[in-house]
Amino acid sequence: MAKLYSESSPNKVKKMSPKKETVNFLLSYSKALHISTYKRMEFESFLN
Amino acid sequence: MNNVKANDAFLVKSYIEGNENSLSILIDRHQHRIYSFIFSKVYNKDIAEDIFQDTFIKVIRTLKRGKYSEEGKFLPWVMRIAHNLVIDHFRKNKRMPKFDNSGDFNIFSVLTDSSLDAEKQLIKDQIEADVQELIKELPEDQLEVLVMRIYKDMSFKEISERTGVSINTALGRMRYALINLRKVIEKHNLILTN
Repeated sequence: MAKLYSESSPNKVKKMSPKKETVNFLLSYSKALHISTYKRMEFESFLN
Repeated sequence: MNNVKANDAFLVKSYIEGNENSLSILIDRHQHRIYSFIFSKVYNKDIAEDIFQDTFIKVIRTLKRGKYSEEGKFLPWVMRIAHNLVIDHFRKNKRMPKFDNSGDFNIFSVLTDSSLDAEKQLIKDQIEADVQELIKELPEDQLEVLVMRIYKDMSFKEISERTGVSINTALGRMRYALINLRKVIEKHNLILTN
């Protein structure tokens, strides 16, 4: 069988992903966001 | 595959009910595909990051408002949001095109920075300091006129009023001040050019 000289293998391919800060921001945003409804109106509030 | 869909559906339901950890699992599970998709369109990490963030902000707001109808298609739904935001991004850039400076024409050939670079600024400061030292060698009356004219930007009329001499005298003192200054510069073999 022919030798493979390339170093890359599927396991070594780096997956592209967003920065940790971005993900953390989204999780914090989600925790802080509170949506309340009054009759047909919606109110967004951010809780620290 | 159905198991994954069921899991997504379960996590979405759990998130809507208030379990924040479910969102973390959903993002963790799909971030590579969504981010790669966005990056494959925009080819810019920062823009991809922004669009990824905006995508999930929309997801979060829609889920929290209870506007999401679960049909077992969470990922395709998120991808659709990301796709729309990518289109928005390109539309916005079409209205305000960015100049990428990659063609034959170099934008910096017409846009120049007229301010001095650090080296020239240092030389300029040094020359100005030298001149300030040199003018101290002038006679008092000439020095007074020169300072008022050059450093205080006063007119000869104002100088004559301030010093109590005629305009012609002020002009004469200025003339002699410059002649004497040149003599001092020549005497010391100074080069005062930038």
